[in-house]
Amino acid sequence: MKKSFFDHLLDWSGRILLTMILGFVLLPFLVVFIASFNDSAILSFPPKNWSLRWYTNAIEYRDFGKGLVNSLKIAAIGATCAMIAGSGFAYVLNRYEFSLKSVLNSILMSPLIIPNFTIGLGLLILSTAASLPRTIWLVIGVHVIIVLPFVIRSVYVSLQNFERRYEQAAESLGASPLRVLLTITLPLLVPGLISGALFAAILSFNEFTASLFVVNQSTQTFPVAMYNYVREYADPTLAAVSVIYVIAVAALLLVVHKFFRLEKVLNVE
Amino acid sequence: MSKRPFLGWFSLPSVLIAFAITASFIAIVQYSFRAYVPGSLDPGGFTFDNFTTLWKMVYGQAFLNTVLLCFWTAIFTLLIGYPLAYAMVRAQSVKLRSAILLISLTPLFLGEIVRTYSWIIVLGNRGFVNAALMQMGLIDAPINFMFTMTGVVIALVHFTLPIVVVMLAAALSHIDLNLERAATSLGAGRVRVFASITLPLSIPGIAAATSTAFAWTFSAFATPQMIGGGKVQTISTLVYQVGFASFNFPLAASLSLVGLLFTIAVLAIFNTGIRRLEKFGAHS
Repeated sequence: MKKSFFDHLLDWSGRILLTMILGFVLLPFLVVFIASFNDSAILSFPPKNWSLRWYTNAIEYRDFGKGLVNSLKIAAIGATCAMIAGSGFAYVLNRYEFSLKSVLNSILMSPLIIPNFTIGLGLLILSTAASLPRTIWLVIGVHVIIVLPFVIRSVYVSLQNFERRYEQAAESLGASPLRVLLTITLPLLVPGLISGALFAAILSFNEFTASLFVVNQSTQTFPVAMYNYVREYADPTLAAVSVIYVIAVAALLLVVHKFFRLEKVLNVE
Repeated sequence: MSKRPFLGWFSLPSVLIAFAITASFIAIVQYSFRAYVPGSLDPGGFTFDNFTTLWKMVYGQAFLNTVLLCFWTAIFTLLIGYPLAYAMVRAQSVKLRSAILLISLTPLFLGEIVRTYSWIIVLGNRGFVNAALMQMGLIDAPINFMFTMTGVVIALVHFTLPIVVVMLAAALSHIDLNLERAATSLGAGRVRVFASITLPLSIPGIAAATSTAFAWTFSAFATPQMIGGGKVQTISTLVYQVGFASFNFPLAASLSLVGLLFTIAVLAIFNTGIRRLEKFGAHS
């Protein structure tokens, strides 16, 4: 069938629209990329002189280093805790009926609706009222609460698509429940557990608002350190940090895309 | 042998976490009915004062700002996100689909600070947009984006876009292509196929994306805080300010509580509306 003039017009306007939208998505990152190499401490376009001094400054600034270590620690421990609690709960949610099941489920899923600043404030008030010290464990606790719904969902979906016959075969051959769990169920769930934990770790690493309420000088996370830097200094050091951040995340996603196919992970095919 | 092995051990950690969530919620409710004692973190006696304080102009303005931000952000995010999701699911070439997917999803994993900071560089008075427009001679003085609603909405649309695209793409990818083919074979043009098949079938996805966009914008803090710079106050920036500038936890708690009830009410009304709409669609 030959395309009419109208069809061509439609095709081209679609292409132009798509290019403009992708331009909107990419614009801030391109601009920040240019700004990070500007020698001047004051923002100006186009830059007159180029330099790498903001990259050196970013690497040498102590709060970023400390924040990065804190954030990696929090993300690793938090994601592990969330994975243990979340997969256990997803399992009982999928397999059993018990009293207060839906109440428990609603409470654990509520952080999806409750704004992060409210979660942060709630735990800040709670820890103040209970005179708990504001240690890194408080920050980890807040992060576990925030990422748990995502882990529960991810593992629950894997359990729904689970082939029960393997477990039944093992049971009928006389395996104990514990043995079925360790040798059949757990190994089959590994992909779902890994993607859930990975997603939880990324979310935790990026979390800012709730953390801001519960951190102090020594437990501040990487995003909080970045926020404090912008409030104190106007130079483009944060542009350099942003460029490194964007490249690291894009590289990570490319690798994940290569091995897992993002369409599948995000359920968009 | 018990019929429910592991029930206790598997649910124990999540029960503890549920207790922590409930306790912090109770803490917020309790503090919102307690008096503020200046200079002390401990609250005073029972009072309704926090809620009467909320009737003041500042707080009303913050509620209004939040609602307006949520509204405009949702509209623009949908208008931009729908074509993007459509192209991501339907583009002919696999390479183009992958490229769109990676470009639109990378920002999802970048966090609020990096993205908001980037927009400050783009929108600031000496930023990219103003410098470009001035050099082209289109404007004489920089346009003010910083500390305005417009600036905050632009950055919030960019912030909300990835999650909305994911949800719309999921909805679009589950539409049966045979329906569109049938319409085409019966002589419907592309515009008509889209308007009478694709768009109506994606309404549940649009609804889910809209309520998520609302929840994200409502809880956004860094963007209104950094780009609004105190000139565009929202509920989130006020909670932080009240909580940390004067350590007035009772007032911050009552503000959060009212904000939370407001979110739940909006989402409930929205969901009822959507269910009506779907019923209506089924009968027509």
